[in-house]
Parts: sequence; C-alpha cells; structure tokens
Amino acid sequence: MRGSRYILAAYLIFLLLPTYWLVNMSFKTNTEITTTMSVIPLAPTLKNYIEIFTNPTWYNGFLFSLTYVVLNTLISIGVALPAAYAFSRYLFLGDKHLFFWLLTNRMAPPAVFALPFFNLYSAIGLFNTSWAVALAHCIFNVPLAVWILEGFMSGVPREIDETAFLDGYSFPRFFVRIFIPLVASGIGVAAFFCFMFSWVELLLARTLTNNQSISSIMTRTVSAAGIDWGLLSAAGVLTLIPGALVIWFVRDYIARGFALGRV
Amino acid sequence: MDKPINNRAWFLVVPVVAIVAFNAILPLMTVINYSVQDTFGNNQFFWNGVGWYQELLDPNAELGGRFLASLGRNIVFSLIVLAIEVPLGILVSLCMPKKGPGVAFCLVVMALPLLVPWNVVGTIWQIFARSDIGLLGWTVNHLGLDYNYTAGFFSAWFTIIVMDVWHWTSLIALLCYAGLKSIPDAFYQAARIDGASRWAVFRAIELPKLRRVLLIGVLLRFMDSFMIYTEPFVVTGGGPGNSTTVVSIELVKIALGQFDLGKAAAMSIVYDLIILVSCWIFYTVMTNTREVRRERLA
Repeated sequence: MRGSRYILAAYLIFLLLPTYWLVNMSFKTNTEITTTMSVIPLAPTLKNYIEIFTNPTWYNGFLFSLTYVVLNTLISIGVALPAAYAFSRYLFLGDKHLFFWLLTNRMAPPAVFALPFFNLYSAIGLFNTSWAVALAHCIFNVPLAVWILEGFMSGVPREIDETAFLDGYSFPRFFVRIFIPLVASGIGVAAFFCFMFSWVELLLARTLTNNQSISSIMTRTVSAAGIDWGLLSAAGVLTLIPGALVIWFVRDYIARGFALGRV
Repeated sequence: MDKPINNRAWFLVVPVVAIVAFNAILPLMTVINYSVQDTFGNNQFFWNGVGWYQELLDPNAELGGRFLASLGRNIVFSLIVLAIEVPLGILVSLCMPKKGPGVAFCLVVMALPLLVPWNVVGTIWQIFARSDIGLLGWTVNHLGLDYNYTAGFFSAWFTIIVMDVWHWTSLIALLCYAGLKSIPDAFYQAARIDGASRWAVFRAIELPKLRRVLLIGVLLRFMDSFMIYTEPFVVTGGGPGNSTTVVSIELVKIALGQFDLGKAAAMSIVYDLIILVSCWIFYTVMTNTREVRRERLA
C-alpha cells in the first residue's frame, strides 16, 4: 500500500506537533509568546529553565514528586512479586474473587477516593508527606503490578519450580536466585508502568499535599499578571523527560503493559 | 496443566491484600457512612437513610439534575472518543511497517503521548489551542473560523475530543499492532495466491485476529474515558458554563469544593457501581481469553 506511508506520516506529525509547540514555547520569553507568532523561537532563551532550576518551589516540586513515585514503585513491586507468584502457580480459596477485586481497584475513579483519602491520611498524620501520596497511589499501582507480573510469570514453565525444589532449594532462595532473574523483563515492565501511572496522576497528589507535587505547582503558574506561559511550558517539557528516558527500553512492551499483561 | 490447590498461597498474597484493603475498604466505608447521613457542620451527623440516593436519581432535584447531566455528557464524550479512536487506531496499526528500522521509531513516537503526565496533556493542548498564542487556535482563527475553547461550546468539545484522540489513539494502535504481528506470514501468502483484495484480507484474516485485543482496547478506553478528570479540568475547567463538566469534575466540585459530604458520597457510590459493572465485563473477557489459550495449548 502506497497510501499507508502518508497516513502514518500524517498521524505521527499530529502526535508530534503539539509537543513541539510546548518545546518551542519553553524557549521563548513571555513578551515574545504574547506578541509574535513564530514556529521557532526568534530570540531563544534559557530563562525559563534557569528559573526552574534556581527557584526552590520548582525544583523541590520535582524532587517531591520523584520521591513519592519511587517509593510507590518500590512498595508496589515489593508486595506484588509474591502475590503474582501465588496467582500464577496455585489455586487457593477465593483466588478468582481476589483477582477481580484487585482489578476493580485499578479501575476505580480517583475522584471517588479523593475525599476519604484526605480524611484517612490526615487522621494518621501523614497528610502533606510523600508517604501519603506513595501509599495512596498503591490503590491502582499494586493491582496493576500484580496483573502484569502474573501475566509474565504464567509464561515461565512450572517445571522449573519443581526441579529447583527437588534440587533442595528453599522457597525464598529459589524465588530470589532463580525465579526473579527469569521474570526480570516483567519486573522491568511492571516497574515502568507503576512509575508512569504514579507520575502522571494529579488529583490524589494534589488532594493529599499542600501544593508540593510538581503537577499541582504547575496548576499555580496563574498569577495576577496572567499566566506565565514560558515557565509553564518549560516545566511541562521537564516532566516529559522521565518517560522519554526509558521509552526506548520498553517500546516493545507498551501494549502489553497497558493491557495489564494480557496481550 | 492444572494448578495445584494450595491454601498456604494466601501467605504470599497477604501484603497485597493488606495494603489495598487499607486504601480501598476504609475509605469506601467512610463514603458509605457519609452517604446515609446529613451534617450541619460541627461534626454533628444525622441519619438520612436513602434520601441522598433518591435526590441523586431524581432528574428534577438540583443534585439529580447535575449528576444526570454530567453522566450524560460523560457517556456522549466516551462514545465520540471511542468512535474516533478505534477506527483510527486500526487504520494506523495497518499502516505501520512490520519490520525494518522504522518500527522502533514509530513505536517510540506513538508511545510518547501515553507517557505524558495528564495535567501536562492539558497544558500542551491549552497552549496549542489558544487563539492568541497557540498554533492550532491561531491557524483556525486566521482561516476565518470562530474558535475559542474558553468561550464556545463547540470549540470546547472539539478541543477535549481532539486532545483525547491525541492522547489515547496510540494505545489502540499499539494493541492492534501487537495482534497483527502474531499473524503468520503464511496466511498472507495464501491470500496473495488466492488473489484476495486488501479489504478481503482485512475482513478474513486481520479482523478476526484483532477481535481479542480490540475488545480489551475498547473496554480500557471506555473505563478510562469514563473517569477522565485531569485533562478537561486543566483545559476548560468544565466550562464554558457546565458544558464540559464530566462526572469526575462534578464529583470533585461537590466533594472538595462545596464539602457536601452526603451528596458527594451518594454520587461516589453510584459512580463506582457503574465502573464495577464495566469492570466485571472486562474481567470476564480477560480471563475467558486465557481459558481459550489454555485449551489451544492442551
């Protein structure tokens, strides 16, 4: 098909154009943004980026977000690994119901949980800490990790477990020494998706903190003087970097991760 | 290949159950508790029975009117978005190269919007679509069309729909691409020998293979578009007026804006039940396909 190349090119341009516009804006001053319309910055400036890296509100926002995202990823993968193994290897009382219940929490709208989470995390004294957001994001990331890991673990033949146990491996030693290296790519994919879904979430991160996460700081670039477009764009560009850095390694697994390991 | 029954496997699941239950069951009980009570402040609560639910489902009441209107808008939004993204995603996946250096490039560019933080998706489109500083808004206005997403009903809807298409079409395309790659070359060769047209190849070979991934894709997109919050919140804030106020935005307004606990809680429960039903369908599809795969292996 000759037409297919043009359709694909048009689609890729449609994807890249808005992103390019954001990058373009981030290198302009506000005067240039509001007075001229140009597809490349006429007087490129790093002023917006310098502002972000020198203003503590901004760089602390990034650090705060990275902290809860990393904490959340570690907790999610840590608890999900043994559970995914149980689901992929054994039948046990209530396993199907439990698996479904986990899925419902992955799918539940964060808007439903915003208010009770605010009450809950205030009551236990974690409000406004990165732990609150890290634990709250577990509601969708733990089920996600369990589902993805279970998908990968089911692809490992069970004979390997049985042989290892016959060779006298204890369960913990088998799990760490033999099994985890076998599902390493699955762990990578699950960690990537936990990282991503925690990084992209706004509502819970905003409700559980006093405007500390980068996403809520970005919603506050509106001041009496209007919106600081250049600064907002520069912050937006910087939030794309974590995804852009690892996208290459997970490119073949994107579909599988979004489909919870079922494709 | 039956799995052995072993109830000690529960020990491996306990941490997950503990952490998810802490986050899910306690808050859900709070919500149910609020939904049957009324408050006049000062932490004084009064039993209200199913009062909030009656009001919520009554289109003539203030609460019911708002809920049903936002529900209607959300369903319309989900349907439009699915109607565009699914055919477009299939088309794009069919156009993608099967091998060569172009594959990695396509995959990376297409995955890009999926990994953008949701509020930044809003920011990108806010900046791109504004009539004074955005490339899209500026161009459309200079073509002589009146386009301003903060003021016009159609402009606002157009913006959030194009934004969602930008954000999520790649998901459908990538899922379909994964499905297409699993078709053996021999199928295409047989079709070429039979002299089948492109359309016949699509109908007889590709579409049946895509049925499973498409079902997953459609359900995922339906559920995610049904709980969309951040992107329209950043771009239109639910406006102009209430024209792009979807269920989540309305719910957050009532819960965290007005602090109407009872109303918000009743709305949360009904909203959650709708998601639960969709989720059950999704689960059935997901696990059914696995049974099929297992039968094929046996």
